[in-house]
Amino acid sequence: MASAPSKLYSDDVSLVVVLLDTNPFFWTTSTLSFSHFLSHVLAFLNAILTLNQLNQVVIIATGCNSCDYIYDSSKTANQSFGNGRMPTLCTTLLQNLEEFMTKDEKLGIEEAEERITGSLLSGSLSMALCYIQRVFRSGSLHPQPRILCLQGSPDGPEQYVAIMNAIFSAQRSMVPIDSCYIGAQNSAFLQQASYITGGVHHKPQQLDGLFQYLLTIFATDLHSRSFLQLPKPVGVDFRASCFCHKNTIDMGYICSVCLSIFCTRHKECSTCGSTFGHAQSDDASATNRKRKAPDS
Amino acid sequence: MKNGEGRRLNKQAGEDDEEEEDDLEGGLEAWERRYAEDRSWEALQEDESGLLQPIDNSAIYHAQYRRRLRALSLASTAASRIQKGLIRFLYVVIDLSRAASEMDFKPSRMVVVAKHVEAFIREFFDQNPLSQIGLAIIKDGVAQCLTDLGGSPESHIKALMGKLSCSGDSSLQNGLDLVHGFLNQIPTYGHREVLILYSALSTCDPGDIMETIQKCKKSKLRCSVIGLAAEMFICKHLCQETGGTYSVALDESHFKELILEHAPPPPAIAEFAISNLIKMGFPQRAAEGSISICSCHKEAKVGVGYTCPRCKARVCELPTECRICGLQLVSSPHLARSYHHLFPIAPFNEVPSSRLNNSHGRSPSTCFGCQQSLLNLGNKPGLSVACPKCKKYFCLECDIYIHESLHNCPGCESYRPLTPVAASGE
Repeated sequence: MASAPSKLYSDDVSLVVVLLDTNPFFWTTSTLSFSHFLSHVLAFLNAILTLNQLNQVVIIATGCNSCDYIYDSSKTANQSFGNGRMPTLCTTLLQNLEEFMTKDEKLGIEEAEERITGSLLSGSLSMALCYIQRVFRSGSLHPQPRILCLQGSPDGPEQYVAIMNAIFSAQRSMVPIDSCYIGAQNSAFLQQASYITGGVHHKPQQLDGLFQYLLTIFATDLHSRSFLQLPKPVGVDFRASCFCHKNTIDMGYICSVCLSIFCTRHKECSTCGSTFGHAQSDDASATNRKRKAPDS
Repeated sequence: MKNGEGRRLNKQAGEDDEEEEDDLEGGLEAWERRYAEDRSWEALQEDESGLLQPIDNSAIYHAQYRRRLRALSLASTAASRIQKGLIRFLYVVIDLSRAASEMDFKPSRMVVVAKHVEAFIREFFDQNPLSQIGLAIIKDGVAQCLTDLGGSPESHIKALMGKLSCSGDSSLQNGLDLVHGFLNQIPTYGHREVLILYSALSTCDPGDIMETIQKCKKSKLRCSVIGLAAEMFICKHLCQETGGTYSVALDESHFKELILEHAPPPPAIAEFAISNLIKMGFPQRAAEGSISICSCHKEAKVGVGYTCPRCKARVCELPTECRICGLQLVSSPHLARSYHHLFPIAPFNEVPSSRLNNSHGRSPSTCFGCQQSLLNLGNKPGLSVACPKCKKYFCLECDIYIHESLHNCPGCESYRPLTPVAASGE
């Protein structure tokens, strides 16, 4: 593993990488409209930038067919004052977002398959982590990075491995992943992400007040968080789902070759095809309590 | 040629040069001593016109990394899908004979080995959360067990940080016999491995070591050796017979690289471990504020902890084995840590610099992952790599980060495939 260089953080300067869910399949069914949502988010981003002159904000859009960078506050083109009616943050961001969504929609038209309604969270998480690694490489004085996921689409189980890889990499680089879930059900992936990396997860009860939730929970820098009472993780469910029925189980059988999880004993593994031998072998001692007897 | 700043313990006869140099160093001023070891001329390189340039470290680092990747992928393309042994039971055998007090690794071989074994243990449990490590030492011609096989890094690291002293001869056969005895008792689904860190140049054995090697081979024990002195035939023979790897460290950073190469799971030979279904439990976190007696510390604790699903005993951390009923307790992220070994990403292809300036003008000028410009000063194309599947361009540093830490290609993850692919592919 490439060891992260010893970091000299400027105390309360932060770099927030915001992963914005733009999946149209979710937004058409949401009680909060996308334009209202954007007004909350834009006000929140401006607030972060005013908290400290050196704060930086990067926006990555999570679409349903692609992901892309929308806005980077450290680019010099974005630091002018705009046209006097709206700050550059709003104009550039909205323009880029509109271009992104047109492109994203075009990519979806080519698909003749049945519509999948999830968004590509694993892609935008990976891009965010690459950007943060670049910030770490830039020298000893850099802002403290963190990731904020604003997600509404449901979890896509096909992204489980990729999202877990991203979470472990973030944990190693000590980058917290905060998440604000505005969809209907719960997102187990985001809860696990925030728990493992030391971030904050919250599902706001009243979406009309989204700006208030964002400002009070997610705006503070990492150093000052120790002085605040932020929502604690309650009931993060780490139980696994079995590969055969997708039920959550609390006791199961693991294939020793490919680590697939099953809820009942099978003759062979459906993932890797290995047939399972019998438990006892000649040299093992029968009294060894590590041996699992064929079954209780 | 690196001369230790302290006195050598074994002054060898006839090495007048070193004695002279020792005296010379003793007579140097403090500021001069700081530069005595500095060989700054090695950081320069001559280009074709004879001008001196500082060495471009990032390009060298990247070239080394790609060489390593190519060597690994060559080894793995021998069979189409190499299985890896994910549940490993590894014994690390540290040679603490007289030879370990040599000062060619500063401050001494023993200290360097202890430091890097600690880093190795942390990395090992990070990559193989379901595996177990044990430590053994060879000293005075006998082998002793330092810690038993266990799944928690803290107990091993505490034992390593304790006082270690070296003396006597080293006996490879006794070390192998000891480890063989312990590893015979583990379940058959586990892969048995030994990593020997050998400093001595000889071995002092009570019997026929060839027999011990055959015994290890029959028990499917995979022995690897990292030598700190010079290459020895017996170590090479041992590794060849049992299917392990033998390497000799040239200096401290090379040693660190070699030992960390043993952290990811090695390609498994299928007959070595019988595939089996292991019963495991996935405990829930205990409710905040609940008070119960924890089974590992035998005292009452409040709140944070996990409840065994079979016997409802409380344990403090995962992964562990429930002390009451013997069920292995893990959480799903522990299993997920090993999935990237099962679904590796393809190495990226180098892009020849001329391609960036092609007539279409459509080649991207920024890295897809971090948005860093791929052009050098003056708009000349710099080095970049591209993913063979999604054809996105990445800079060198993203390439290293993606393959060593992230294990996801951002390009492949950011595009929904137009035709359904198996979930294991992405």
